[in-house]
Amino acid sequence: MHKSPFLMALLVSILAGCSSGVKLNDVPVEDKSNASVSAIGAGQNNASQGGVANVVAEQAGKGVGPAGVSHVVYFDYDSFVIRAEARPVIESHARFLQANKQRKAMLEGHTDERGGREYNLALGQKRAEAVQRALVLLGVTETQIEAVSYGKEKPAAQGADEASYAKNRRVELRY
Amino acid sequence: MYRYAIALILLLASPAMAQFRVEVTGVGMTQMPIVVAPFKGESTSPQKLSSIVQADLERSGQFKGLDASAVSIDELSQPDWSSWRQRHADALVGGSATRLADGRFDIRARLWDVVRGQEKGEFRDTVPAADLRQAAHRLADWVYLQLTGTPGAFATRIAYVTKSAGRYTLWIADSDGEGAQAALSSPEPIISPKWSPHGTQLAYVSFESRKPVVYVHEVVSGRRRVMANFRGSNSAPAWSADGRSLVATLSRDGGSQLFRIDLAGGEARRLTTSAGIDTEPAFTADGSAIYFVSDRGGSPQIYRMPAQGGPAERVTFNGSYNISPALSPDGRWLAYISRTSGQFRLHLMDLASGHTTAISDTVADERPSFSPNSRLIVYATVVQGREALMTTTLDGRIKARLAGQGGDIREPSWSPAKP
Repeated sequence: MHKSPFLMALLVSILAGCSSGVKLNDVPVEDKSNASVSAIGAGQNNASQGGVANVVAEQAGKGVGPAGVSHVVYFDYDSFVIRAEARPVIESHARFLQANKQRKAMLEGHTDERGGREYNLALGQKRAEAVQRALVLLGVTETQIEAVSYGKEKPAAQGADEASYAKNRRVELRY
Repeated sequence: MYRYAIALILLLASPAMAQFRVEVTGVGMTQMPIVVAPFKGESTSPQKLSSIVQADLERSGQFKGLDASAVSIDELSQPDWSSWRQRHADALVGGSATRLADGRFDIRARLWDVVRGQEKGEFRDTVPAADLRQAAHRLADWVYLQLTGTPGAFATRIAYVTKSAGRYTLWIADSDGEGAQAALSSPEPIISPKWSPHGTQLAYVSFESRKPVVYVHEVVSGRRRVMANFRGSNSAPAWSADGRSLVATLSRDGGSQLFRIDLAGGEARRLTTSAGIDTEPAFTADGSAIYFVSDRGGSPQIYRMPAQGGPAERVTFNGSYNISPALSPDGRWLAYISRTSGQFRLHLMDLASGHTTAISDTVADERPSFSPNSRLIVYATVVQGREALMTTTLDGRIKARLAGQGGDIREPSWSPAKP
C-alpha cells in the first residue's frame, strides 16, 4: 500500500470504467456510450440486465461494479439462503471488491409485497446480510460493504403474481 | 391551492353526500339518532360545519345522523319537540357561523336532548377561517362528550404517507383525512411515522439517503434531526411514554434488534438479544412494557417485555404470522395484523381475557393505530386495487374510508388528544 491515494483512485476508476466518487477531469474514460466495446465499464448497460439494472444505476448516481456480471441475487420465498446459481455472481463481486479495496458496495435487501412494511424490512435485511456474509467469507473486507434493506418499498416488478414476486425477492449490489 | 380545491369539492357536494363512505355491517348495534341541522350562515362560510360534525359523529359508530337538510334552526331556536320526536331524533344540534369584522368566524351551537325535551348545553368558539374545520371537530368532540360521557377524538390529527407519481409525501391531516398539509416530500420511500406523546413531533423512517434512517421531525417548524443512522438499517421508531427516548430496530450489530436511543443523546442501548428478527416495538400507555414482533419461535409473533428489556413472553398464539402491534391508550386492547390463508386482516385482542377477533374482511390490512380515546382504529388496506385508509370501531361494525390525497395512501398514525 505504498501507492499514493491519487494513483490508487486513478487505477480504481480505470478498472471500474467510470467512478463518480472521485473527480478525474483529465482522464479520458469513455465508456458511457453503447458503442463502446471496452470490456471494462460497460456492465451497467448490458442487455442481459435489462431496464432494472439501468434504473437502479441511474438512481444511485454512483460508480459501477464488475462488468458483465449481474448486480442482483435472487431468493426463494421466505428464504435467506443463497442459491447455487448465485455463487458465481457473488464470487465475481468478491473478486472485484478485493481488487478494488477503495470501492464500497451497498447490499440492498428487498422482499415481495406481501405482509407488513417493517417486518419485510427486517426480512430484506436478513437477505442483505446473507450476501454480506458470503462476501466476507470470500475475503472481502467488512468495511467495504454495508447491508441495508428496502423491504417491500422498491419492487423491481409491479405485478401481484409469483413471477413478479420472484423478481422482487432479491439483493441488489450497488457501488 | 389545496385548501381551495377542498373547498370546491365541498361546495359541489350535496348536503346529503358525506365526505366519506360509512359502511355499517352487522346488526343489533344501538346508535343514537341525531340531527345536526345546517348552521345559520354556513352556506357562506368556507366550511360546511354541520356536515363535518355529523360525519364525525357517524364515523364513531355511536350515532346515526338523520337528514336535516330542510331544517332551519340555530342556537337561539326553541325546538318543536313533538316534531323531532316524530322523526325519531334523540338529540338535536343547531348553531350559527358568523363572520366577524376581523375576518374570523364566531361559532355557536346548542345541543338539545329531544327525549327529555331539554337543553344539554352551549358551545362557542371563535376561529380564523383556516381553522373552521378544527372548530367543527372540537364541536363534534363536545357533542360526543355530552352524549356518551367519553371524550371525543375528532379534533386530532392523522399522519400518513402517499405515493404518487414516484414521489412520497408525509401528510398531516384532520382525523377525517381532510385538510392535509405536507410535512415531507421525497423521491425515496417514507414509512413508519409515529406521533410523539405530546403531538408535536413525528418520528419516521426515510430512505432519502438511500438507506433507512430514523428522523424526528418537529411539525410546526419542519425542523428535523437524524435520530438513528447507524451502519445497516434503522427503522420502526416507537416513542417512550415520556417522549424522551425512542426504541427502534437497528441492524448495527447484525440482525434486526431493538435499541433504546435517548433524544438528548448518548449511546444506543440494546434491549433484545435474539438470533432472529425483533422489530415493530410499541410501548404500553403506562410506559412499563414494550410489545414487539419477533421470529424467535420460527414465525413472526407478538411478544411483550419490560421497557428496559428482559425476559419476553409470547402474546399471540393463533396463526403463523402476527405483526404490527398497536396498544390502545386505555390499556385494554391490542390491535395487530394476522395472516390467515394468505390474507392479512386486522385483529383485536382483549388483553384481559386474551380473546381475539378479526375486525375487518379486507385482505391486505396493515399498520393499525388507535384513536386517543381508544374507540376507533385507523389502518391501511387495499380497496378496489388502491391503497386506502379506513377507520373502524372496535367491534368492526362501523367502517369509514378516509378522505385524502389521490394515489396510494398508507402508514397512518393517529395523534394524541391535544397537540
